[in-house]
Amino acid sequence: MNQRTRLSMIVIQIMIVSLLMALFGRLFYLQVAAGPKYREAALSIQSRDTIYPATRGLIVDSSGVPLALNRTGLAVTIDRLALDKQPDKGVAVLKKLARLLKLQYRDVYRKTRLCGELKVGNRSGCWTGTRYQPIPITKEANADVALQVVERPDEFPGVDATPIAIRNYPGIVGVNAAHVLGYVGPLTDSDLAGINGTTYYRSESIGKSGLEIQYDSYLRGIPGIRTVIVDRKEAITSEGQNTNSVPGDHLVTSLDVRVQAAAESALADAVARSRANGYRADSGAAVVMDVNTGRIIAMASYPTYDPNMWEKGLTVKQAEALFSETNGVPALSRPIQGRFAPASTFKAVSIMAAANAGYDLTKSYSCPANVKVGTRVFNNFESRAQSTASLKKLLAISCDTVWYQISFDEWLRDGGLSPIKNPNDYFFKAADSFQINQKTGIDLPSESAGRLPDRAWKQSWYDANKDFYCNYREKAAKSQQTQFLLLLAKENCLDGNKVRAGDAVNFSIGQGDTLVTPLKLTQMYAAIANGGTLWQPTIGRAIVKTDGTVLKSLDPIKTGTIAATPKTVKFLQGALREVIVSGTAAGSFAGFPVAVSGKTGTAQVFGRNPNGSTKDDTSWFASFAPSNKPQFAVVMMVSQGGFGSSSSGVGVRKIYEAIFGVVNKKVVPENVIFPNGLPTTLPKISPATKVKTIGAK
Amino acid sequence: MSLVTPRFNYHKNRSFFRGFDRILTAAVAALLFIGTLLVYAATRDWYAANGLDPEYYLKRHVINIAIGCALAWGTTLIDYRLLRAYTPIVWALGVLGLGFVLIPGLGSEVNGAQAWIALPGGFQIQPAELAKISIIVGMSMILSERGHDSDIPSNQNVIQSLVVAALPVLLILLQPDMGTVFIISCSVLTIIAASGASGRWVVALILVAVVGVFGAVQSGVIDQYQVKRLQSFVNPNADTQGSGYQLRQARITVGSGGLIGKGLFNGPQTNGRFVPEQQTDFIFTVAGEELGFLGCGVIILLYLTLLMRAFGIARRATDPYGRLVCTGVVAWFAFQTFENIGMTLGLMPMTGVPLPFMSYGGSSMFATLIGFGLLQNVHARQRG
Repeated sequence: MNQRTRLSMIVIQIMIVSLLMALFGRLFYLQVAAGPKYREAALSIQSRDTIYPATRGLIVDSSGVPLALNRTGLAVTIDRLALDKQPDKGVAVLKKLARLLKLQYRDVYRKTRLCGELKVGNRSGCWTGTRYQPIPITKEANADVALQVVERPDEFPGVDATPIAIRNYPGIVGVNAAHVLGYVGPLTDSDLAGINGTTYYRSESIGKSGLEIQYDSYLRGIPGIRTVIVDRKEAITSEGQNTNSVPGDHLVTSLDVRVQAAAESALADAVARSRANGYRADSGAAVVMDVNTGRIIAMASYPTYDPNMWEKGLTVKQAEALFSETNGVPALSRPIQGRFAPASTFKAVSIMAAANAGYDLTKSYSCPANVKVGTRVFNNFESRAQSTASLKKLLAISCDTVWYQISFDEWLRDGGLSPIKNPNDYFFKAADSFQINQKTGIDLPSESAGRLPDRAWKQSWYDANKDFYCNYREKAAKSQQTQFLLLLAKENCLDGNKVRAGDAVNFSIGQGDTLVTPLKLTQMYAAIANGGTLWQPTIGRAIVKTDGTVLKSLDPIKTGTIAATPKTVKFLQGALREVIVSGTAAGSFAGFPVAVSGKTGTAQVFGRNPNGSTKDDTSWFASFAPSNKPQFAVVMMVSQGGFGSSSSGVGVRKIYEAIFGVVNKKVVPENVIFPNGLPTTLPKISPATKVKTIGAK
Repeated sequence: MSLVTPRFNYHKNRSFFRGFDRILTAAVAALLFIGTLLVYAATRDWYAANGLDPEYYLKRHVINIAIGCALAWGTTLIDYRLLRAYTPIVWALGVLGLGFVLIPGLGSEVNGAQAWIALPGGFQIQPAELAKISIIVGMSMILSERGHDSDIPSNQNVIQSLVVAALPVLLILLQPDMGTVFIISCSVLTIIAASGASGRWVVALILVAVVGVFGAVQSGVIDQYQVKRLQSFVNPNADTQGSGYQLRQARITVGSGGLIGKGLFNGPQTNGRFVPEQQTDFIFTVAGEELGFLGCGVIILLYLTLLMRAFGIARRATDPYGRLVCTGVVAWFAFQTFENIGMTLGLMPMTGVPLPFMSYGGSSMFATLIGFGLLQNVHARQRG
């Protein structure tokens, strides 16, 4: 061996050793340093989880009567693994099944496809779970069909029928409560992408709206998971770990099915009555609240829908109907999403403002036919002209002009169009103490806030719209360029950020830009009834575990105090009683055996209906009872319902009739819904709880 | 020491096996044994799950080893210096085999390469495996011829040896089987370096190789699937269904084994058959998952032992022919092991190269065991 060969051999040897060392180093990195990462990657390749949904918790009313429970349905399911093994990938089986179930093959096909298997935009109805779990075609098969499928496995390979838990809203005593309860539905991609996305399991059903979504984390429970190890062909090779499901907790609400049912039928009646009187009456709301806690006893929205239709399988037609204008958009929850001018019901706030401004509430004031505010004349709307009367009487007859005068005087005192520094703003401040422009904070999703058109709001409105009004001729549509509107635009451009005299007087009678939800007005009247405390409205009372222990007690929350002295509140309560005794609601409540206090409201609405007709007035009635020891605040609103008293006033009376057990203008003690006051203890929870029978009819 | 006359040690023949390097034998035996277990582990569950004989591959693998061992034993019987006389025949047979696979109807295509000759009874042979031996002995023969005045091969010899290598390489390029070309090229380079030829040859050949690879990729001589494999090596996530999928699955399978592995026959990735070709080119992933870092470490140490012992035989060889043959075999084993495991671990691009002594596959098993026989032949004939 020569020198060069020797050297070469050494180099070759070093090279071979370093090659193997490189392998060794790489191996160490893969298996030890990065081992955990690859272990996880391997696990996600091999393991398949099947989710077994937990039994959803019940939603019950304050005496334990179920509002939402789980019913056993008969599901016809298919096994994708078995179906895919068919020579034609199961097409024949699905076609036969569709015929048997009287469904469209296209729908059945789509239901059995994983969403990822379908083209984007063509996925509605696709299966959101995995191919390892039974995929339901229907949850409501009848026993005959199910039997046919199970008994002929050769004809229906991979098809099975099993009992399945479906969410059910039993509608005891005719309760609907669709907007309050909400509904459950299969998890969607957007749910997974949302803030709670990480807490969900695929193929779980989750709350989609109302209480079902609000308390979903309690109601849902924890699903059981069966993990299997699969091979490349997705055949199961071994069983992984199994965890059992944990049933969801129950929700006890403050609702009462009897009051709820009464509120719903009273509202539907009111709407029907309005329509009979020639009004459009497109929608409505009714709320019953415990004035001392803010707890909701009933909350109705009109029009409504069947809360069970989701579990039955929503058709495209049904889905469209939910949002149809001509149907009054049943999907909207009017009590918390409908925003309307409160009209005369707002005069309660004006009384407080007047008291705070130093007006003597016991004195007499005049109620002329009209008041000249600057260059414009404002007429009395609801009432006839009165020479002079006590403020109490003027509230009872719903005089407008007295408030025009007072609010105009106060507006001038605050500097008019060139406001003084730190204006008194008695009217705005009184309204602000009710937190008009905030949400009430009720335990329901998608609540709307009201609108308090004070100086700050005016300024922000002006900042947003200045450009439009100052260039009205260019920006507005031709049809909108009437003489009057052009003038208005010019005015808005000039000083749209100012609270004008017209704004001030409109505000004093709850018109103009002021908006409240029916729930907000209920909260306001509850505060007047209880002496001035603003309670946050709540529906949930407690979360109770399946073993009966209380997991979480949902206590009333005080959110503020209204700007009124006890003396003012007392006066106001008396004045509101006078409305029923001798005022605008006297007719509606004639001979009613329980003392009720309240206020009618008839709000002018600007704008037009889809068919081009001008909008009818909003009918309001806000109240509390019994007058001497208030317990319930009841508010009804019928949109485009006409006069406050005739539509809503009568509706509210009907709700009180149910609560107090009034039959033929007499209290029937056996019919009183809460003979011992509102429930203070939590009920026992059972799906079988029945409504306490009401005695004589 | 110039021209060495063959010496025949007939008296040694009685204790012939004593002349073997026992540690080398032990390392190869251990690798064969572990390989057998891994082939069984890679195929057992999958075959059982699909209603086939779970021992199908095991049985065939054991038969392959038995035939390979017989071939190795046969290789050791005749003194390698006598074998040298048959070198041209061995070389010619290799080239002929490579020529056969390219004839349509005779050769069969697997994974995009026309590399197999189908034999009756479902057997196939891969001439490229045996061609490696042809090239090694052919080059060694020419490079060990020396003039009386020189201790190093003449330039003429180097050129001749390159021609000897180039013809079969060209035929393999036509299949194309880039992995084998790579391994042969590395071995050729090593043999030339070890022959004592001028360092300029080595440098020049490396340059030619670099330019050649670059030119081949640019000009499109290399098939699209080869380019794809190279791309998926650079970015394994680019092609999640084809070769990128294989490389990713291989890496995950090895990585998931961790320090001590999932235990033999207990790897879910292996039993789920997530890595294709797992009993052949990706056999090391089974070791990675089921035996873990410790088991793989032992396997690499066995290869290190094997290569170092074999290298020792090359160094101690008293004649240039024996030395060059052994060096060639060592280089072959080393580069093939590195390419295979390196591919499994994501260090090397994907090529269809089996792991010496472990992968399932007759041709490779026979060739590597013949290589082992050559090593023992040289070792056995160095004493006395």
